[in-house]
Amino acid sequence: MKLFLKIWRQKNASTKGKMMEYTLEGIESDMSFLEMLDVLNEDLIARGEEPVEFDHDCREGICGTCSLMINGRPHGPDSRITVCQLHMRSFNDGDTIVIEPWRAKAFPVIKDLIVDRTAFDRIQQAGGYISVNTSGRPVDANAIPIEKDAADASFNAATCIGCGACVAACKNASAMLFTSAKVSQFALLPQGQVEAADRVLNMVRQMDLEGFGNCTNTGACEVECPKGISLENIARMNREYLAASVKG
Amino acid sequence: MSGVISSSLARKFVMALSGLFLVIFLVLHVTINLASVISPEFFNEASHFMGYNPIVQYAMQPILILGVIVHFVMGFVLEYQNRAARGVSYAKYQGSANAPWVSRNMIYSGLVVLAFLGLHFYDFWVHEMVYKYVEAKPEDPTRYYAETVEKFAPFWRTVLYVVSFVLLSLHLWHGFQSSFQSMGVNNKYTSGIKTFTKLFAVLVPLAFAFIAVYHHLNPITH
Repeated sequence: MKLFLKIWRQKNASTKGKMMEYTLEGIESDMSFLEMLDVLNEDLIARGEEPVEFDHDCREGICGTCSLMINGRPHGPDSRITVCQLHMRSFNDGDTIVIEPWRAKAFPVIKDLIVDRTAFDRIQQAGGYISVNTSGRPVDANAIPIEKDAADASFNAATCIGCGACVAACKNASAMLFTSAKVSQFALLPQGQVEAADRVLNMVRQMDLEGFGNCTNTGACEVECPKGISLENIARMNREYLAASVKG
Repeated sequence: MSGVISSSLARKFVMALSGLFLVIFLVLHVTINLASVISPEFFNEASHFMGYNPIVQYAMQPILILGVIVHFVMGFVLEYQNRAARGVSYAKYQGSANAPWVSRNMIYSGLVVLAFLGLHFYDFWVHEMVYKYVEAKPEDPTRYYAETVEKFAPFWRTVLYVVSFVLLSLHLWHGFQSSFQSMGVNNKYTSGIKTFTKLFAVLVPLAFAFIAVYHHLNPITH
C-alpha cells in the first residue's frame, strides 16, 4: 500500500505546531496502525529526521495509552477499538490519512501526537476511590451481597480505560463520560455509598476546574468510546450530583 | 446565580428546566392558536382572557419572559465555554460520524428561533402593549381574530414564520429528549421519551405552520 500521511508535528508545549506531509510505501494490510507509524519513524530516523512521537503501551487495547485522532475520529474509523487494534486493512491503497493529537484545552500537547492527560488523574484523585481500612481484618468485598444488575453495571462503568476518546470526540471537549464512569462504578456498589455525595461533588468540581466543556448530550462520546461506556452513566452522575447538591 | 454558572452540571439543569418550561408553554400556545382555525369566537375569548387576566399578565407572563431569557443567555454561555474548551481546532473532524446534525447545531437552530421571537414579540406582544398602555384603548374582546388573520396577509411574514417553525422543530428534536438526560432520567422510559419527542417536534411546529399558512390563504374579506 502507498499512503499519504498528514501528521501534526509540534516540538514542545510552548511552540506552535503544524501539519506535515509524508508519503509511505510498502505498507502491508496486516500491519497495525501503530506498526505503520513505526515504519514511518524508521524511515525518518534513517534519513536523520526527528521521529513522530506518539503514545502507546500495551498494544492490546486495554491500557488506554494510544490516543490518535485519525481522519477526524478518535481511534480511527472502526468502532469499539483503540488505535493499537486498528489495522491497515481498514484503509485503501492511495489513501490520505490525517493524524492529529486529542484536541482539548485540558489536554495540552506535550510533543507531536502526545497530549498531557493528567487532568483525568486529578479528577480521579478528587474522589474516584473508596476509603478502606486495610489494617487488621478487612471485610472481604466478595462477602457483601450485591445485586447482579448493579454489579454488572458497575463493572461496565469500570471498564473505562481513561483514554480520552470521549473528550476528543465531543464537540465541546467535555469529560462527562469519563467522570460519570468513574462516579458510577462506585455509586452502584454498597462500598461506594459512604462517600457518594462528596465524591460526585468533588469530581465534578475538578472536572470543571480542568477546563473541560459542558455536555450537550450529542452522544458522540458513547459512539467513539472503545469500551462502549454508556450515556446512562452521565444520567446517573447528574442524579447523584443533584441529590448531593440538595443534601448539601 | 454565580453558583449556577460555576458548575457545568448545574448549567445543564438550568438549560433542561427552562427548556421543558418553554415546551409546556408551546402546548398552551398551539392549543389557543388552533382555536383561531376552528372557532374565531373561542379564539377571541381565550385571547382576551390571556390578555387581561391579572394572573396571566403579572405572574405567568413575566415568568415566561424570564424563562426565555435564562434559556438563551445560558445557551450563549455554554456555547462560549464549549468553544473555549476545545482550544485548537482539528484539521479534520467528522462530527457527523458520531452525532446527529441537530444535536451539534443547537446554537444555530436556537439563534433562528431567538430571531423569530424578536419578530413575533414585535408583531403581537409590542402591539398589545401599545394598544393597552400607550394608546390606552378600551377592552375589545372581539378584535383578536381579525388582527391575527391580518398579520399573516403579507407573504414574507408567513414564509419567515414557517421557516422559523422548521428550525424550532429541529431544536425540539434534540432539546426535548436531551433535557431528560440532563436531569438524570435515562431508564426504561427513555425510548418512549425519544419517540414522544419526535412526534412532538414534528406535530407542534407543523400545527403552528399550518395556522400561519391557513390565515395567509384565507384572509377576511370585508
